[in-house]
Amino acid sequence: MDFIYGTWHWSISGFLIGMIMLALVYFGKSFGMSSNLRTLCTIGGAKRASQYFDFDWREQKWNLAMVLGAILGGYFATQFLSSENIVKINPKTIEQLHALNIDAPNGKIVPDAIFSMETMQTPKGFSILLIGGLLIGFGTPYAGGCTSGHAISGLSNLQLPSLIAVIGFFIGGLITSYFIIPLLF
Amino acid sequence: MKIFRFLLVGFIFGIVLTKTEAISWYRIYEMFHFQSFHMYGVIFTAIFTGVIGIRFLKKKDIKDYKGHTIEILDKERASFRYIIGGIMFGLGWALVGCCPGPIFVLLGVGIIPILVVLVGALLGNFIYGIVKDKLPH
Repeated sequence: MDFIYGTWHWSISGFLIGMIMLALVYFGKSFGMSSNLRTLCTIGGAKRASQYFDFDWREQKWNLAMVLGAILGGYFATQFLSSENIVKINPKTIEQLHALNIDAPNGKIVPDAIFSMETMQTPKGFSILLIGGLLIGFGTPYAGGCTSGHAISGLSNLQLPSLIAVIGFFIGGLITSYFIIPLLF
Repeated sequence: MKIFRFLLVGFIFGIVLTKTEAISWYRIYEMFHFQSFHMYGVIFTAIFTGVIGIRFLKKKDIKDYKGHTIEILDKERASFRYIIGGIMFGLGWALVGCCPGPIFVLLGVGIIPILVVLVGALLGNFIYGIVKDKLPH
């Protein structure tokens, strides 16, 4: 049963993610998780601050249902489909992280060095989480989408803008991974 | 209930992202260091499935469940916003190891500090909404 409780093979999950995108197209919607941030701002009253938030958020109720489902899915998978035998990353990666004082996975999905309650309560740890969030929240609407909207949906529909955006994602990701993370840790 | 099907699709999405570890900071770091094919495999297979699926839907002229012709809107033609916005998102993606979908999934996994990332993302989105018209697109 390790194929269910262990790490799902990339071919299975990739296929399922593609099918999720197609199911949404069939339901007359388009796959994109980052637009929920805008919807949540609008619900929170951001309408008064900018026209950008002045839209009927009820049109996006389906996407909020996706969000709720995704939260429940994360809970379900962790509670009922989990094992110790996960996040088997490359030993070379573990070595590199060790040199940066970032703890190895050992069955955890995220490192304590970034996501533990103690780290969150330090000024540095809190800032890293907040700044990461700010960049994601500002960058995705500017780019017009994230991994789901551009990399999966857009590239599946052979959109040149999505290719440009995905190249941007990678330039940013490489800068953080190679230059910023070694500076911070 | 129409909304229920989206709840179900989201539920499957959350399980898949968790079980394939696309929500793992470690997997994102490993991907950006080209030390595993795993995440590339997930993304390329999803795109491959999508390309074939969309070609099939268009070719067979399959209607959506309401009977409308399936139309996928082309992305707006521009380039500045895609590259600059893309880089900003990429900087954050590699830092906290998650994109918007996984932020929500990690909430369900029970990673409480992800709330700080979520608040940051909402704040970032709010700031974008305010300065949007002054930005080059």
